[in-house]
Amino acid sequence: MSAFSAIGEETEKDQNEFTPGLEPQPTWCPGCGDFGVLKALKGAAAELGLSPDEMMVATGIGCSGKLNSYFNSYGFHTIHGRSLPIARAAKLANPGLTVVAAGGDGDGYGIGGNHFMHTARENHDITYIVFNNEIFGLTKGQTSPTSPMGHKSKTQPHGSAKTPLRPLSLSLNAGASYVARTAAVNPNQAKDIIVEAIQHDGFSHVDFLTQCPTWNKDARQYVPYIDINDSDDYEFDKTSRSEASEMMFETENALHEGTVLTGRYYVDEDRPSYQQEKQRIGEMPEEPLAERYFDDSYEWERSYDKFLDKHK
Amino acid sequence: MTDHELIWRIAGGSGDGIASTSQNFAKALMRAGLHVFTHRHYPSRIRGGHTYTEVRVSADPVKSRGDGYNFLLSLGDSFARNPSEGAYYGNEEIKPLSENLDELVEGGVIVYDSGLLDTDEIENFDERVEENDWHVYDINLRSIAREHGREVMRNTAGVAVTCAIADIEPDVIKSLMSDAMPEKILEPNLEVFDDAYQQVKEDFDVDAPDISAPTGEHDEEQVLLSGSDAIAYGAIDEGCRFISGYPMTPWTEVFVIMSQNLPELGGISEQVEDEIAAAALAMGASHAGVKAMSGSSGGGFSLMSEPLGLAEITETPIVLVEAMRAGPSTGMPTKPEQSDMEHVLYTSQGDSHRVVFAPATAAEAYDQTRKAFKIAYEYQIPAIVLYDQKLGGELSNVPASVFDEEPNPDLGSVLTEAELADAPHDDSGKYQRFQHDTENGVSPRSLPGQKGGRYLATGNEHMPAGHISEDPDNRVAQMNRRMQKVESIRAELDEDGDFNTVYGPEDADYGLITFGSQQGTVEEAADVLNENGHSVKVLGVSELMPFPKTQVSEFLDSVDEALVVEMTASAQFRGLAQKELGGYGDKMSSLLKYNGNPFEPHDIVEGFETALLEGEELPDNRTKFVPKVGE
Ligand SMILES: Cc1ncc(C[n+]2csc(CCOP(=O)(O)OP(=O)(O)O)c2C)c(N)n1
Ligand code: SF4
Repeated sequence: MSAFSAIGEETEKDQNEFTPGLEPQPTWCPGCGDFGVLKALKGAAAELGLSPDEMMVATGIGCSGKLNSYFNSYGFHTIHGRSLPIARAAKLANPGLTVVAAGGDGDGYGIGGNHFMHTARENHDITYIVFNNEIFGLTKGQTSPTSPMGHKSKTQPHGSAKTPLRPLSLSLNAGASYVARTAAVNPNQAKDIIVEAIQHDGFSHVDFLTQCPTWNKDARQYVPYIDINDSDDYEFDKTSRSEASEMMFETENALHEGTVLTGRYYVDEDRPSYQQEKQRIGEMPEEPLAERYFDDSYEWERSYDKFLDKHK
Repeated sequence: MTDHELIWRIAGGSGDGIASTSQNFAKALMRAGLHVFTHRHYPSRIRGGHTYTEVRVSADPVKSRGDGYNFLLSLGDSFARNPSEGAYYGNEEIKPLSENLDELVEGGVIVYDSGLLDTDEIENFDERVEENDWHVYDINLRSIAREHGREVMRNTAGVAVTCAIADIEPDVIKSLMSDAMPEKILEPNLEVFDDAYQQVKEDFDVDAPDISAPTGEHDEEQVLLSGSDAIAYGAIDEGCRFISGYPMTPWTEVFVIMSQNLPELGGISEQVEDEIAAAALAMGASHAGVKAMSGSSGGGFSLMSEPLGLAEITETPIVLVEAMRAGPSTGMPTKPEQSDMEHVLYTSQGDSHRVVFAPATAAEAYDQTRKAFKIAYEYQIPAIVLYDQKLGGELSNVPASVFDEEPNPDLGSVLTEAELADAPHDDSGKYQRFQHDTENGVSPRSLPGQKGGRYLATGNEHMPAGHISEDPDNRVAQMNRRMQKVESIRAELDEDGDFNTVYGPEDADYGLITFGSQQGTVEEAADVLNENGHSVKVLGVSELMPFPKTQVSEFLDSVDEALVVEMTASAQFRGLAQKELGGYGDKMSSLLKYNGNPFEPHDIVEGFETALLEGEELPDNRTKFVPKVGE
C-alpha cells in the first residue's frame, strides 16, 4: 500500500472539508478581497473531489500569505517571495500531490519575481495564485510592483515614477502554459478558473484581482468586470500565443484606465510539463521519489558498488 | 619533506591538462603501492595563467602537501602567451619556470620544455641552479609531442621524462594510460611516452638518479578521491536523492558530481535560478519526504541564510554543504580560507540552531556527510558540512573499505499513516506536528499526502498543529524544545563520536588546536616538533555546532599552553572556543594564515618555535601570530 494513501482518495464534494473547523478565524480586514480567494479555492478543491490530505498549499508572506492558515490541507507558509521554489520541489518529490502556491503581488512579482519567471519558464505542474491588490497590505500600504504610475504612498510620497508590471504578459513570455486573470468580485468565475488551473498539466498562473479596502481604496478591483471569454467583443484564440499576447496587452492597459477584463488568456495543452520533460531526458524517476523511502523491497544502490571503480 | 619522498610539481597554464595529468600520475603511483596526496594551485581564470599541481608520493601515509618540493616539471604554457600588449600573464614572464623556483628544495630536479621556455630570460637562473645544486633537464617536449601526435601530448612526454629520471617503472603509468584513454589517442600517447623516455635515457646520465621515487605496498585496496567526491558519496549512501544548486567555486565540484550521478540512481538534480531557490527547493523536497541537500560557497551561502532560518523554525531537515574560499564578497574565488566559519555558524535571524561539521580528510568528509544526514533527519534540523577549497579539491588515497558501508534510506522521525492515526490531533483534525513535550525535543513529522497528517508548517512562531501564535507560553515551550534538540544532538555526538581527534603523546606539554582541512598539516608539524625535542600534541576539531565543550576543555586543561592554527585573519575559531568554553583566553595563542595558501608544516613549526616559544617576530607575512590574552 502507498505511504501516501490520501493521494487519489475520493472525498465528499463538500467545501466544508477545507474549512479547518475550530481554527482561528481569518484576520483579514472586513471587505478584503482575500476572502474571495479562500472561497474560490475551497469551492474548487471540493469540486475537484480532492482530499485535504492530498493537497499542499505553499504561501509567501503578506496578508495573502495567510491563506493556508484558513484552508484545511497540508500547508507551508514560507518566507516572503519563496513559495514557488518550495512548491515546485515538493511536486518533483511527490508528483501525486496537488500543489498550489499563493502570495501577494509584492511577494510574487517583487521579491519573488525571479522565482516567478523561472517557474513559468520551466512549466512546473503547479498552480500559482497571485493576490493582486496593487499594494503591500501587511506592511501597511506601500507601493507594489503592480501599483499604477503616479501611485502615492508613504514610501512614494511624490507618486510612483515606475510603470506597473504586466504580470500576464510576463508569465506568458516566460513560458507559463496556462495564464488567466480573475477577480474576487466574481466568485463563480474565480472558482472555475482555479478548477481549470489545478487540472492543467503545467504551470498555471492565475492573477487574482483582490481589493484592499484598507490601503488601496482607489484600486479598480471593486468595479464590475468583463469576462472576455463570455463577451463577443473579445474574440481571440487562447491557444495562440500571439493572439493571447495581444489580448493581455489590451487587458493590462485597460485596467490602468479603469476597465477590468478577466478570463482565460492562454491555454497550451500541448506543452509537456517540466516533470514530463525531465522524465523524457532520463533525469526523473517515473514513480514518485517520496514513495521509494517507504518501499522495503527497493534496493538502494551505494557508491561503493557503483562509483568506486573509477577511483581505483 | 623526508629524503624518501617525491614531491612532484607539474606547472603550466590553466587549460594545459595539468589537473588530469597529475591525477593520472597520482593514481598510477597509488596503484604501485604508494601513498599520495595532491595540492592544487590555480588562478581564477579559465585558460592561461600560472597553475600547478603537486603530487606528494611516499611509502608512508601522508597527510599534507609537505614542505617544499623536489621535482619540477615545467610545461610551456601555450595559452598564457597572450599577444596583447601589457597582458598580465605574458610569455615574457615564463611563469611555469620562474614562478616555481622559490620552493624547490636543494638538490631538486628541474625538467622544462625547451620547445617553449628559455631559461636565458630568467634572472640569475644559472647562479641559482648552482647555489641550490639543482639538476636541470632541458627537453623539447613540444617537438616530441608534435612528432607523434598533437602538441597537448606534451604532458605525456613530461610524465615519461619524470619516470626516466625518478626511476619509476614505465608500465605503471602506461597501464593507467590504457585504462584512461580512448583507443584513438592512446597509440600516439604511448609513442610520445616511449620516445621521451628513451631520449632521457640516451641524452642524460640518469643511471644514478638524482631523485628517485620511493616504492611501497598497501595492505588493503586504496582509492584516489577528493573531499568533494567523498561528500557526494556520503550523501548518496545516506539515501540523498535530491540536490538543488547554483554554481559557485568551489562548491560546484560537489554539485557536478551529484548531478552526474543522481539521475543514474533514480534521483533528481536541479540547477536553479539562485541560491535562495536552491536551499528552498531542497527544503521543499525534504518536506515532501525525500532526502535532499543543497550547498554553496560564501556569497551563495549568504543568500541561503533566509531559507536556513525557515528550515530551523519549521524543523525541516536539510543538509547544506559550504565550501569556503577567501572572502569577503567574491574575495579570492580559487583560494582556500576558513573565514566563513562564523558566517555559517551564526547567519540567519533570531536564536538560530543548526549542526555544523568540519571534516579534516576525505574519509572524514564521507563519514560526516553521512552523519549530517542522520542528524538532520532524526532531529529535523539543518546540518551543514563546512569544508574548504583545499579539502574539496585535493586528492588522496583512502582505503576502499571506508566506503563499504550499508546504505541508509531511513527518513528519521517521520510517522507512518498507521502511527498518525493514533497520534494527537487538534479539534480541527490537524496533526499536532509540533508537540511541546517530547523526550529529546523531537516531535515526529508527517508528509504531505499522508492520511491524517495535515498540518501547517510556518516560519512564524506556531502552536502544536502549526497555527501562527504569539502566545508567550507557547513561544517559550517551542523555543525550549528546539533548543533541547541541540542538547540531545550533543549528547549523541559525545556518545558515538570520535570525530574530534587527538594526535600525539598524551602527556605533551603543548597543544596545537585546529579545525577542518588543516588538521593533517598540523599533525605533520607536530611530528617535526616532537622530533625537534618539543612535547606537542594536536586536537583536530570537526564538530563546530553544537561545540564539543568537554573534549576541548579537557584537552586545554591537559596542556600548559596551546597554539590555535586556522586559515582566518581574525582568529574566528579561537574566538569560538573562548566563547563556548567561557575562558581559556589566557591559554590560547593563534597562528593565522590568510594569504590564499593553506598552511604548510614548516609554517606551524616556525610559528611554534619562533613566535610562541621564543616570543620573536615571524620573518615574513606568510602567517601571523596573535599572542594569548594578557601578553
Ligand atoms: C525579506 C522580507 N522583506 C520584507 C518583509 C516584510 N513584508 C512582509 S509582507 C510584505 C509585503 C506584502 O505585500 P504583498 O506581497 O503585496 O501581499 P499583501 O499583504 O498585499 O497580501 C513585506 C514587504 C519580509 N517579511 N521579508
Ligand atoms: S490590509 Fe488590505 S490586503 Fe491586508 S487584510 Fe486588510 S484589506 Fe486585506
